[in-house]
Amino acid sequence: MKIKAQFGMVMNLDKCIGCHTCSVTCSNTWTNRPGAEYMWWNNVETKPGIGYPKEWENQDTHKGGWVLKNGKLELKAGGRANKLLNIFHNPNMTPIDEYYEPWTYDYEKLINSPQQEHQPVARPKSQLTGEYMDIKWGPNWEDDLAGVHETGLRDPNVINMEEQVRMEFEQTFMMYLPRICEHCINPPCVSSCPSGSIYKRDEDGIVLVDQDSCRSWRFCMTGCPYKKVYFNWKTQKAEKCTFCFPRIEAGLSTICSETCVGRIRYIGLVLYDADRVEAAASVPDDKDIYEAQLEIFLDPNDPEIIKQAKKDGISEDWIEAAQRSPIYKMAVEQKIALPLHPEYRTLPMVWYVPPLSPIMGAFEGQMDVLDPNVIFPTIDQLRIPIEYLANLLAAGDTEVIKNALKKMVAMRSYMRNVNIGKKNDISFLERVGLTEKTVKEMYELSAIAKYSDRYVIPSSHREEAGDMFLGQGTAGYDFSEGCSNCSCGSEKEEQYQFGEKYWSEMDGR
Amino acid sequence: MSLLDQFLWLIFPYLMLTIFVVGHIYRYNTDQFGWSAKSSEFLEKRFLRWGSLLFHWGIIFVFFGHVAGVLVPKGFYEQIGVTEEMYHFGAVWFGGAAGIMVVVGGFLLTLRRVSIKRIYKNSSMSDFIALIMLGVVVLLGFTNTIGYTATGGTFDYRENIGPWFRGILSFRPLPELMISAPLGFKLHILSAFVLFAMWPFTRLVHIWSIPLTYLKRRYVVFRKMNPKKALKNTSK
Repeated sequence: MKIKAQFGMVMNLDKCIGCHTCSVTCSNTWTNRPGAEYMWWNNVETKPGIGYPKEWENQDTHKGGWVLKNGKLELKAGGRANKLLNIFHNPNMTPIDEYYEPWTYDYEKLINSPQQEHQPVARPKSQLTGEYMDIKWGPNWEDDLAGVHETGLRDPNVINMEEQVRMEFEQTFMMYLPRICEHCINPPCVSSCPSGSIYKRDEDGIVLVDQDSCRSWRFCMTGCPYKKVYFNWKTQKAEKCTFCFPRIEAGLSTICSETCVGRIRYIGLVLYDADRVEAAASVPDDKDIYEAQLEIFLDPNDPEIIKQAKKDGISEDWIEAAQRSPIYKMAVEQKIALPLHPEYRTLPMVWYVPPLSPIMGAFEGQMDVLDPNVIFPTIDQLRIPIEYLANLLAAGDTEVIKNALKKMVAMRSYMRNVNIGKKNDISFLERVGLTEKTVKEMYELSAIAKYSDRYVIPSSHREEAGDMFLGQGTAGYDFSEGCSNCSCGSEKEEQYQFGEKYWSEMDGR
Repeated sequence: MSLLDQFLWLIFPYLMLTIFVVGHIYRYNTDQFGWSAKSSEFLEKRFLRWGSLLFHWGIIFVFFGHVAGVLVPKGFYEQIGVTEEMYHFGAVWFGGAAGIMVVVGGFLLTLRRVSIKRIYKNSSMSDFIALIMLGVVVLLGFTNTIGYTATGGTFDYRENIGPWFRGILSFRPLPELMISAPLGFKLHILSAFVLFAMWPFTRLVHIWSIPLTYLKRRYVVFRKMNPKKALKNTSK
C-alpha cells in the first residue's frame, strides 16, 4: 500500500442556480489574457446540450480518456508510438472553432463617433484576426436551453437514452453543470504528454502544466475527455485549471468555490492507495468503475491507515483534514456525490450531487412530495430523467442515481419531521442505507453548509519545499510577454484593451 | 585559392556553425518558455494536414538522404558493392520523391501562413524568416537534384562536397575542394549555413525536442515539491 493525499471537490447540483459567477471570477483571475480569453477553466453548461466545446462528451470523435484494449488500460486516442507518428498533425485535435472564436467589441467607436443621426454601435471584433465578425457560437450559447431544440438531441447523454427525449416546451427538462478540471487520479492528459510536462503534484494531486517544458505537441487536449486542457493560441502552450493552487497552498478555497453564490462547492482531501489505481481504472464493466474508485479511497479514521499514511510522508495536520473532509463524507460515506462520466476511466476528483427535480405526472401538487412513501416508488418520474443523470454521472447505471436521490429525499423528509416535532419513521432511512447520524451530517453539510465545513483545506508544507526558484515557470501558467524576447519583434496591432498599456495602468493604481 | 574562397568555404561555415552551437546553448538556457514547436493546428487544421505531413515526413527522408550522400564516404558504397549507377538511381528517384514531398508540403504551409488570416496575424517575424530561409535552401537543393543531377550532370558531389563537409566537421578543413563545384550546389550550401545560424533563434529548435523518451516513460507523471528530499527518502 502506498498512500497519497489528493484534493477533491464536490459540487451540489441541487443548489446550482447557473449564474456563472464561478466562471467569471475564474476568468478574471486566470484567463484574462491574450491567447487565453477563449478558455473557461471553469464553465457552466446547461444540460441537456452539446456544451463547450461542442459535443465534448462524444468520445467517438474526440477520442478522449481511456479504453480497455485486451484487458489493458490504453489511451483511446492511441498509445505512445501512435502519438509520435501523429505528432506532425494530430487528427483528433479539437480546433478553436469547436470552442468559439474569441471576440471583443469595438468600444472606442462609442466614444469617438462623431455626432450623427444614428447611435454608434460597438461591433464585435475577432480577437484572432482583429476583423469584424458575426457571432455564431459562444461558450454558454445554450444557456437555459437556448437553441437546444436544435442542439439538444446531439447531446451524447441523450443519444444513449433508451427512452426518447422530447425537446418540446412541455416536456423539456434542464439542469446546470459547472465544470472544472477533474484533477483525475488516472489523468489521460498527463499520460498523453510526450514531453512529460503535465504532471500530478505528489503532495496534493493537483494536475499542472509545466509551461517551460511544454513543447506544443498538443496531445493533452485530445487526451482529456472533459476537454479541460486548453491551448493558448498566442504562446502555443497548454494551459488548464490549476485548482487555484496558490490559494489552496495557503489554506484558502479556489476562487470558483469562494465566490459561489449558491455555496454548492466543497473542497477537501481524500487518502487513496496509489498501488490500486490501475486496477480500479481497468475493471471490465463500465458500471463497476464508480464502485472501484470508491474502493481505492482509504478510511482516514482507521488507525492502520493513519500509521501507513504517516510512513508515506503525510503530515498529521493533513491526516486530520482528511478525517474532516467533506469530500470523503459526501462521496464515500453518504454516497450522494458521484463522479462525472466514470466510464472515461480517469477516476475524476470533482464529484457531483445529482439535482432533484419535480415529479412529472397526474398527482403533481396534490400529494406530499417529501413523503418517501410517495416519492420512492415514483422516483423514475422525476422531470430530469434518471437515465439522463445516469449517463452523466454513473456510466448509465440508474440504480446509483436512484439511491443518491432517494437519500436526498429521505434527508429532507427526516429533517422536516424533526423541525415540526413529528415522530420520525426511520425504517425508510434504513431502506436507503442511512443512519440518523449520517442524515444529520448530510443536512449540516448541504443545508447549513458552513464555510469551515465546506472547505477543509490544510495549508501546504512549503517549508519542506526544495529550491523554490527551480519551480519558477513550471506551475501552470505564464504570460505571453514571456516569449517576447524570442520573436524578432514584429509590431502587431494591439487587439486587446488589456494589452501592455492596460497592465501598466493597473500597476499605477 | 582566392581570399573569397577562403572565406566562403572555411571561415563562413565555422562562423555559422559557432552561432549554431552557442546559439542553441544560449537559447536553451535563457528561453525555455519560447522553445516549442509553436503548433498552429489549433487555429487551422485542414490545410495543415497535407502541408505538415508532406513537409515533415519529406524532410526526414531528405535528412537521411543527406547523411547517405554527404556524411557516408563514397568508398563505403564501393566496399558494400553499391555501384555508381545504383547510387545515382536511388539519389534521383528516392531523393527526388522526398524533395517533391518537401517542396509541395512547404508550398502548402507557406500558402497557409500567408493566406489564412488568423494564422498570418499570429505569426511572428521569426516564423516568416525561418519559412523563407527554409524555402530558399529547399528550392536550391531540389533544383540541384532535379535540374542538374537528373538531367545528366556529370558532377559527383560525393567526390568533393562530401569530403569537404566531413573535413569541416572533423576540423580538418579542405576548402579548395569546393572551388570547382557548380554554382547551384554552392548556393545551396551557403544558404544552408545561413539557416544553421538562424536555427537556434527560430521555432526550428523543436527538432531537438523530439520526445523519444515518451516511448519508455510511465504514463502518469508525478512531481514533488522537494525532489531532493524525496530521493533521500526512497534511498533509505
